[in-house]
Amino acid sequence: MMANVLTVARRELRDDFRNHWALAITGVFATLALAIAYFGAVTVGRVGFTSFDATIASLVTLAAFVIPLIALLVAYDAIVGERDRGTLPLLLSYPLSRLELVAGKFLGHGALLAFATLLGFGFALGVIGAAAPEIRTLAALRDIATFMISAALLGASFVALACLISVAAREKAQAAGLALLVWLTLVILFDLVLLAALVLSGGNATEQALYPWLLLLNPIDVFRLINLTGLGDHGGNDFFMAMAGAHVYSPAVLYGTLLAWTLLPLAAAAALFTKTEI
Amino acid sequence: MPNAVELAGVTKRYGRSVVLDRISASMPQGEIIGLLGHNGAGKTSLIKLALGLITASEGDVRVLGSAPLGAGARRLRARIGYLPENVAFYGNFTGGEVIGYFARLKHAPEREAMALLDRAGLIAAAARPVRTYSKGMRQRLGLAQALLGEPELLFLDEPTTGLDPLATQQFFDLVTELRTQGRTVVISSHLLAELEPYLDRALIMRQGRLVGQGAVADMHAAAGLPDTILARFSDDGAEILNASWLAGLKRHPQCGTNGVLEIEVPAARKMEVMRRLMEIGSLRDITIREPTLARLYATLGGGAKEATA
Repeated sequence: MMANVLTVARRELRDDFRNHWALAITGVFATLALAIAYFGAVTVGRVGFTSFDATIASLVTLAAFVIPLIALLVAYDAIVGERDRGTLPLLLSYPLSRLELVAGKFLGHGALLAFATLLGFGFALGVIGAAAPEIRTLAALRDIATFMISAALLGASFVALACLISVAAREKAQAAGLALLVWLTLVILFDLVLLAALVLSGGNATEQALYPWLLLLNPIDVFRLINLTGLGDHGGNDFFMAMAGAHVYSPAVLYGTLLAWTLLPLAAAAALFTKTEI
Repeated sequence: MPNAVELAGVTKRYGRSVVLDRISASMPQGEIIGLLGHNGAGKTSLIKLALGLITASEGDVRVLGSAPLGAGARRLRARIGYLPENVAFYGNFTGGEVIGYFARLKHAPEREAMALLDRAGLIAAAARPVRTYSKGMRQRLGLAQALLGEPELLFLDEPTTGLDPLATQQFFDLVTELRTQGRTVVISSHLLAELEPYLDRALIMRQGRLVGQGAVADMHAAAGLPDTILARFSDDGAEILNASWLAGLKRHPQCGTNGVLEIEVPAARKMEVMRRLMEIGSLRDITIREPTLARLYATLGGGAKEATA
């Protein structure tokens, strides 16, 4: 079974490299990270690398927008693309299960995104570290590692969501539309709705107890929580952190939730694909 | 001979639409079987059922003695080759990479993949991206992948599409060779004249129903289609055109011009007509043509105009 998964994953990864996806995504991550870190404080009349906490907070905000978008863009046609090409019935006529095909697609695209995340953001953080010596501390390195690992997990969860979309859609255009809808909902609408409800209600006791858990329903918020809770002053994200209130999240719960956000969509994709007629 | 594929009362529905209607058919091992029918007749659905890509709403499907879905499906698929219609493959990959990918999925050795690529006449283009291949080259690549793992049973959907005459002949030579090796080849095609000399058996479908099946010769006999007799005379043949025994025989529209007589003769009257023709002194030549597969298809499948012979 694993041999088939790896065969499919290798082909996807090779295709992504050949399409220059790897280079483009790495470049986008590195460039945007450097630009955000350098010009992040321009609104208060400053340029250059400011405090470490502010830099990480800026990168978290950037990653929360860009990583889901790119993950969806890379993998939305994983299955529906094979259908369009006419290769889906051919592949499934081979001794290859549908679970293996979905897992191989996920692994290939997930590896690409992990590679680009680690290299792109890693390069940017290396440059920032060279320009700002105060970053070279053990605590800062721990925060950087947390950011990189959680960013890779965030990418994996959106690749898994993209696989689910790709299985559910009958055409590539439909999959693209669904991917955009998921991105808009999770990146923008989800927090907006929660914040609006919080502001309008004034935040009663029930809501204060409920909201910290509601945030776990969005992998992007889980990613933010992993990275922002440890920062002094929450890296200037008070508005978002207000929803978490005084709740103390265990790292195991947050990482476990992000992992569940990867495994559950993948399991749903495999289950749906098994029932789909080709 | 055991059957490679057996269908017993198979029905496939999508909602209220019935795409396969109570199909019962057998495809014996070691034969070349033609799956014939108009677009939408249900040929591809039948192939998909046999491959386990869709499930039957009713009835039973057995392929090489096993159910196409379930515990033994993986082992079964290793014994089957398939060429879908209009497959595009991966444009960024070379022909060598594509066949290598499918060989790994079928656990076939790399050297077998390269040998098949060579046999398909693509070894010189093995390092070229598939997007630069012509339609015929992509079709040959598809045929090569279908043969990976030396399958016992092949399903080929419109296999000669895009092939030039030489490649088409090579394809049929290959199919004939596969039959001599005892393998079963199921071909879905519209090119009946091209297919006819190689078929052992045909399944004719119409609107999801099987309207005819069996050995091609037996189907001709059962359908009672007339032979065509073409006689040439040294004179203008006017005398014969008025013969009373010609009454009731269907004449070709061009019949009677330039001393040529072309008539359709039912089997029961063939010898009598031959004898009468031989008695005519001006008879120069005589040719008997058996009914074509296209004619049989048009008769059973419905409508001569769809039968693209």
